[in-house]
Amino acid sequence: MKGKPAVNVSSSKRRRPMAAGVLLLLALVSTGAAYAVTTSALSAKSSSAANAANADNARQGKLLFTEGCSSCHGLAAQGGSNGPSLVGVGAAAVDFQVGTGRMPMAAAGVQARRKPPVYTQAEIDKLAAYVASLGPGPSVPKASQYDFSDANVAAGGEIYRLNCSQCHNYAGKGGALSDGKVAPQLMDASPKQIYEAMITGPQSMPVFSDRQIPAKNKQEIIAYINYLQSAPDPGGSALGRLGPVTETVFLFTVAIGALVAFAIWIGSKAR
Amino acid sequence: MSTSTQPSTPVGKTARWVDDRYTTSNALRRNLGKVFPDHWSFMLGEVALYSFVILLLSGTYLTLFFKPSMVDVIYNGTYVPLKGVKMTEAYASSLDISFDVRGGLLMRQIHHWAALFFVGAMTIHMFRVFFTGAFRKPREVNWVIGTVLVLLGIVEGFAGYSLPDDLLSGTGLRITQGIASAIPIVGTYVSFGLFGGEFPGTDFLPRLYAIHILLIPGIILALVTAHLLMVWYQKHTQWPGPGRTENNVVGYRFFPVYMAKAGGFFFIVFGVTTLISAFVTINPVWMFGPYTPDQVSAGSQPDWYMGFLDGAVRVMPNLELVFWHHTLSLNLIVPAVVLPGIMTLLLGAYPWIEQFVTGDKREHHLLDRPRNTPTRTALGVTAITFYLMLWVSGANDIIATTFESSINAITISLRILLFVVPPIAFTITKRICLSLQRRDNDKLLHGHETGRLLRLPHGEFVEIHAPLTQKEQAEILGKVDMPVLALETVDANGVAAPWALVNNLRNRLSSWFYAINVAKPSPAELEAAAGHFSHVSAVELEATHRHREFEALGGVLHQPSEDESVKH
Amino acid sequence: MSDTTHGDTGHGHEVEPITYTQSDERGRILLGLDEHRSRRTDTSQRAAKRAERQIAGMFTFAAICFVAAIAAYLLVPKHDIVWVPVLGNVSASNLSLGGLIGLGTLLIGVGAIQWARALMPDEEVIQERHELRGSDEAREDTIEQFRRGAQESGFMSRPIIRRSLLGAMALFPLPIAFLLGDLGTAPDDKLRHTAWGNKPRTRILNQGSGQMVRPEDLAVGGLINAIPVGLTELEEQEGSQNARAKAAIILVRMNPDEIKSTQGPNWDYEGIVAYSKICTHVGCPISLYQQRTHSLLCPCHQSTFDLSDSGRAVFGPAARHMPQLQLDVDSEGYLVAVGDFAEPVGPSFWERG
Repeated sequence: MKGKPAVNVSSSKRRRPMAAGVLLLLALVSTGAAYAVTTSALSAKSSSAANAANADNARQGKLLFTEGCSSCHGLAAQGGSNGPSLVGVGAAAVDFQVGTGRMPMAAAGVQARRKPPVYTQAEIDKLAAYVASLGPGPSVPKASQYDFSDANVAAGGEIYRLNCSQCHNYAGKGGALSDGKVAPQLMDASPKQIYEAMITGPQSMPVFSDRQIPAKNKQEIIAYINYLQSAPDPGGSALGRLGPVTETVFLFTVAIGALVAFAIWIGSKAR
Repeated sequence: MSTSTQPSTPVGKTARWVDDRYTTSNALRRNLGKVFPDHWSFMLGEVALYSFVILLLSGTYLTLFFKPSMVDVIYNGTYVPLKGVKMTEAYASSLDISFDVRGGLLMRQIHHWAALFFVGAMTIHMFRVFFTGAFRKPREVNWVIGTVLVLLGIVEGFAGYSLPDDLLSGTGLRITQGIASAIPIVGTYVSFGLFGGEFPGTDFLPRLYAIHILLIPGIILALVTAHLLMVWYQKHTQWPGPGRTENNVVGYRFFPVYMAKAGGFFFIVFGVTTLISAFVTINPVWMFGPYTPDQVSAGSQPDWYMGFLDGAVRVMPNLELVFWHHTLSLNLIVPAVVLPGIMTLLLGAYPWIEQFVTGDKREHHLLDRPRNTPTRTALGVTAITFYLMLWVSGANDIIATTFESSINAITISLRILLFVVPPIAFTITKRICLSLQRRDNDKLLHGHETGRLLRLPHGEFVEIHAPLTQKEQAEILGKVDMPVLALETVDANGVAAPWALVNNLRNRLSSWFYAINVAKPSPAELEAAAGHFSHVSAVELEATHRHREFEALGGVLHQPSEDESVKH
Repeated sequence: MSDTTHGDTGHGHEVEPITYTQSDERGRILLGLDEHRSRRTDTSQRAAKRAERQIAGMFTFAAICFVAAIAAYLLVPKHDIVWVPVLGNVSASNLSLGGLIGLGTLLIGVGAIQWARALMPDEEVIQERHELRGSDEAREDTIEQFRRGAQESGFMSRPIIRRSLLGAMALFPLPIAFLLGDLGTAPDDKLRHTAWGNKPRTRILNQGSGQMVRPEDLAVGGLINAIPVGLTELEEQEGSQNARAKAAIILVRMNPDEIKSTQGPNWDYEGIVAYSKICTHVGCPISLYQQRTHSLLCPCHQSTFDLSDSGRAVFGPAARHMPQLQLDVDSEGYLVAVGDFAEPVGPSFWERG
């Protein structure tokens, strides 16, 4: 800078946070802009508005990260033997993985499973901000994006059956993947988490970006999953909604058992 | 004509009117008093029969509302999650039955549960007939009719649940089409013939409907009638027991006891089926969605009786031969065509296979207790184990998700276990049967252990054994010790002839089948045992009397209760 | 031998039950029936009356259930859902109708059975079996009848009649079998062509968005379920889903350096590959794409294909790779399929080659 410094530098402590903050802001704005050019307009809108608040979050996030995540993902989140690189996964991935309790994983394995989250939402936001700062990636969707109140459930059912049921089962009860991995059941997923999963493609799941499935259709899918979560079973207990397998177990235990019990009673002598 | 019986009641008058024309009194005279043996295991076939009746009744109801058409419509009924969706009329009418016809969902569920009961009861009934040897002469043909019935039931069930044209059953039809195409030489013609061209076409649903509501039920009805007539005419078999011989039937008369019990059981089967249909969902087609060939659900399985085929197809290694511009898909033909073909053949021909092995040409009306024919029982358990392992293979993805394991590991393990577990089951079953036979002999000779100890005057402790009741003895002694075949293996000149090879084989098979059987105690041994009982009981009686004397003198021992006396 | 000529006149052949006394018969085989144990209803009038009332009560309650079921049919609204413990949210109509009809029917059955068990006689009855084989006399007579009839017909003595009749009867079913010939069209080479071959450079329709696909739409690790543009119109025209059953594809994108091989040179486009969706095992549609391992897993029988390596079958019962579709981009930037598949899609068949 030319001329005298505008800031009183009597305390050396005061300059560093500002400079760091300005630099981070510049980095975030430039990567956000670059990301907006290469991906959908929607992500660009959401990232630019939140950048200023993210700066402080990102710093605190890095502390949390070092404590709880770096042992598997590396000190700079570059990846390690037990965890992949998080550069470019985006805030949405962190919000999803940590928000559903999948991360931190209890033990290394082929599949991280949903469990009670370890971090509070505020902490998750900080972690997300930190990871988002590492490289451009999908950001946490806004409430309007996953608001499904106007969405057509029937249309959602059709898209769900085309894109989702082959892994997650017709009723969202999950399914088996190769080598011990699973497509999890969807009964506990919130609308935000569903949206995040689609745009980040966690673990084995493919990515369904907003250019592949537009937000409106995603809302329809969320509406359908929401329906599945509270759908009645008009015919009676659905035995887990897993299809003929559980029906067979019921048949040969309870049903035929009852009939055989009656047959034994019929053939017995009265007292 | 005798006028000794002049009916005065309306029923009597009607009966006479009918008898004047159809000689009914002759048939009724014979059959109203016909005796049927009474054991619960004889009712399993009844469950199948009553389920078939329920299927006919509920099925007729459904035909009044179902539309067997593949014309596309836009759904406009009351089930919101499918409103505006394009689907066939068949699927739309299934939704209408489920949601807009009062009692329609109940009827659909009764129909489907009854179908599962039908095939399930036939299967268990078949097991009972097999393990008790009721398929032997003179009932071999009835066994074959039963085999055909169970196969028809399976095909009928498959056709039935494919009618609503939902995503799950449509996937099953696609698989059927793929298997049909794989048949050598005529495969594509069979596939195009079934579907009226390429898959899915627009013809198969109306055709399936005609097969399901007319063709197969007609054949089943005819075969069931023949099956029952044979049982009626040849009289039912019975378990060995007091008073029961190969030349009689001991039980209750048809009218009124058996009719009341059989009739009552029909209502029980109907009631249980209806109650289950009220409380447990089956085949929720609205959740599956309409069939379209570019969609599928994870965890797609057929109904239970097709599960073994699905499992066989899943674990079969991927063998396919390509030669001279032709493809032979062994990975499909072996599990889906060859395997069920062999299983059916072995099943249907079993009475003759066993006759070949045992050389037993006698009529049998008394059943075998399964423990008394260990080889046959073990063979049956082996076959059932093999079948169950195939069924489990068909559920491999549900197992993987429920028990959090690798589906690849499960599939590969099942390929091996499929051939390792059945022989183990064979050996275990045979051993269990033999030890049960030895225990039976023990019981005959020594009676039941009562757990009561008697201290003899010189200080020895002995346990009191209660002799068997007459009924128990008769049941155990009903066992027949079959001789091992000893057919001629050389001709009149002492030279081995070609037919001797077959005889040799039969001798050896028969030996394998029977030789390890534990023989019953001889009459002499039984006499000796009876004598022993008399002695022990006399001692015990004396001891009991002494005990009572002691009590009368004011002793403080406990009062013996009624059942401690050895009187029978 | 019929029943009427044997000792069985419908009254049964009663055998005296043999009692078993302690002094002599122990351990012997006995041929008599088991001793009849009296039931409470046999010895006590009160017990019998009570059983009678219980059975009548069951029948009466069944009748009430049926009337209640009619009321349920008329009064319970069709679409009402009720919450029931264990079962969850179920249809009130189904539960009430099924529960009442089922209970009533069950009670009729239980009542009838209890009537037979408790009140009808339970003394065992013996009936002799009749011989199943015909008597020698009957057999000889039948054989004689057959001989007479055969001789009278002249079947064996007039060979030209016999042979020509057998010939005609043998051929009789054949034209009837041929009448089934139009059950379906001939396969010809229908299985070798899909809708992708209808015109060259067909654009691709994203089924999830309804838009034509551009390369930039698909993120790395992403999946699009697609059909050829114009397929829906074709379906309307043909009135069936036949074209869709062969033409459904999936598009996946991976990093270009992760692609180990393709079924033809440059068949991918910047890491985007297009494969048939129809499993080569028995035809289930597969879009279960595991992005980390690039494998396609069929949910029906677990056949697994590696889409980074020409769709090679790597696990399960499928023997052949998934057919790949060659991709390119047209002048307006849309992804197109260069032409049809190079081989038949879907399950194998004998003349596939």
